[in-house]
Amino acid sequence: MSDARALAGALARAAEGMPPTVVMEVCGTHTQSVARYGLRQLLPPGLSLISGPGCPVCVTDDADIARALWLARTPGVTLLSFGDMLRVPLSGGRDSLLRAKEQGADVRLATSPMDALRVAQAEPSRQVVWFAVGFETTAPLTAALLRRARVEGVRNVSVLCAHKTMPAALRALLRGNSRVQALLCPGHVAAITGVDAFRFVPEELGLPAAVSGFGPEEILLALTDITRMRAGGEVALRNDYPAAVTAAGNQAALALLEEVMRPCDARWRGLGSIPGSGLTLHEPYADWDAARRFDLSAVPEVSPEAPTGCCCAEILRGERAPTDCPLFGRACTPERPAGPCMVSAEGACAAAYQYGGI
Amino acid sequence: MEQEITLAHGAGGEAYRELVRDVFLPAYGSRELRELGDSALCQLDETARLAFTTDGFVVRPLCFPGGDIGSLCVSGTVNDLAVAGAVPRFLSVSMIVEAGFSTDELRRVAESIARTAESANVRVVTGDTKVVERGKADGLYVVTSGVGSLDGDWALPGQAPMVGDALIVSGPIASHGMAVMAARENLCFQPPIESDARPLASLARAAYETGVPVHAMRDPTRGGVGATLCEWAAPGVDLLLREADLPIRLDVRAACALLGMEPLFAANEGVFLVAVPQARADELLAALRAHPDGREAAIIGRAVAGEGRVLAETELGTQRRILMPRGELLPRIC
Repeated sequence: MSDARALAGALARAAEGMPPTVVMEVCGTHTQSVARYGLRQLLPPGLSLISGPGCPVCVTDDADIARALWLARTPGVTLLSFGDMLRVPLSGGRDSLLRAKEQGADVRLATSPMDALRVAQAEPSRQVVWFAVGFETTAPLTAALLRRARVEGVRNVSVLCAHKTMPAALRALLRGNSRVQALLCPGHVAAITGVDAFRFVPEELGLPAAVSGFGPEEILLALTDITRMRAGGEVALRNDYPAAVTAAGNQAALALLEEVMRPCDARWRGLGSIPGSGLTLHEPYADWDAARRFDLSAVPEVSPEAPTGCCCAEILRGERAPTDCPLFGRACTPERPAGPCMVSAEGACAAAYQYGGI
Repeated sequence: MEQEITLAHGAGGEAYRELVRDVFLPAYGSRELRELGDSALCQLDETARLAFTTDGFVVRPLCFPGGDIGSLCVSGTVNDLAVAGAVPRFLSVSMIVEAGFSTDELRRVAESIARTAESANVRVVTGDTKVVERGKADGLYVVTSGVGSLDGDWALPGQAPMVGDALIVSGPIASHGMAVMAARENLCFQPPIESDARPLASLARAAYETGVPVHAMRDPTRGGVGATLCEWAAPGVDLLLREADLPIRLDVRAACALLGMEPLFAANEGVFLVAVPQARADELLAALRAHPDGREAAIIGRAVAGEGRVLAETELGTQRRILMPRGELLPRIC
């Protein structure tokens, strides 16, 4: 790890003469890594790092969670999702998939969408629902599940699709946002989409950007690149994660995604509706769409209002830090999150809570 | 305190502490219970004392690489006695069995209990069996209680680290938590991650017999090393971990990284954490390493004057705060 110290030194040298710079990272794993390794302590003066909407479970909308909860409590249904999704509560309440599970609903933790297919095949009398969340990183896996289900004619599995895509959200978030001067791009998403999907950051938004891996050294390296660009007045996109990320991305995954899903408008918790930032199933897969298989009209309406005092929307836009929020650590803790940024370990507030306050 | 009990109340973190503080202690908090030690130290008369402890086991699956509910229920109770400075002597074993459970499997669990008890040099002297309706007990729950004598030729360990102590862990951490999680969620690591579940009475004895003053000793089960350190940190004392020095098996480390789990918070069933004066740390470490159950013991940090925080020095030389884990540990997305 002496490499990391050398990198921190290089970062400090690169930052000499740099105008004050706020870098936003938009990947939950970056948020977690930055907090876990105390990387902010290594940043030179003038460089600060804030967390954007990169935690996929944090930005999953209340309406989607309400549907998942309703499905989980429907007799005969087994609902699967990722572990951290199970904990996410409906706004202002205590209800979560974990709670439904405690109360007897058949909610299961999965590490891959394919788990849903396996369960469906092993338990043909159950209606198995995959509650699909995540960005471009997990969406191709859901697409693979759907294609297999269709090819193999597995009829008792379906997908409640709440996938989101990163570039559309970033455009909406950063356009006209004067607080962010550079972007640390998510390496996992870029491994699928390719670096080119982030060209719009320098070209349309005028911000320097670097695609970064997730180790502390990789993040420091990408920050050094960003710092050099800022110091030299350059606006470009660098690929600092070449081991995993190519210009054009994972073509097979993208082709699969395109075959199975198409963009749609999506609501982001804390940010509201963003045009073209969600994914929905193409018509040939409609039979596997849980929103069509089940009559979801009975799902209770959820109020879209954030709890009073919650600053998550501002935090996700980079306008405030977690500790600026009056609820932080008091009315809002990882155990009883009030807002989306506190719900998963990858959320900006949860990371600040868990690792902050040295 | 919340209106309803949730899984978080059983996870060994903040919610669990709240439950004990708000419900159990006000109801029946005896002097001994209020100590909240791994074992209660009970005074029989002016000279005679014994150590007493109990533990419930609801592990799923019942059998996992490196152990089963049988080896676990003996180790867990033996270890609670051992880290209190007692010599584990007698165990009770209560079984709550679901109707329909396989007799062969029950026999295998019983044999595992017998083997582990023998290796720990304790005797199962009483027991109870209840059978509940199908669907009510996940197959099998086991509750063990244990009695230990306090007649060892050593000083009893203290309750908390002191400024100037070294913190030592007796073996690689997080193995049990990750082994059970992998087995429960069908994560097929090859070779499978093995639990560290084992009785530690003999290793604890080796530590006590060095004569090095033990300021604190715990077996960090639920909540892991992180939760134990958070319980230990008291006003005036900061506990400083060096992350690079934490012994973690490579397969366990990889599984933690893959699942987004923090090894500090994963359960252990075969290691203890001990605080001894820095000047005597090497002596204790040598004694642990000379024992077959302590070969990978390591000094992982120290106690310094502070404000009751637990801090980890990362491999980068930065620091981060370790806080009491909350709720159940669940793997993260991708």
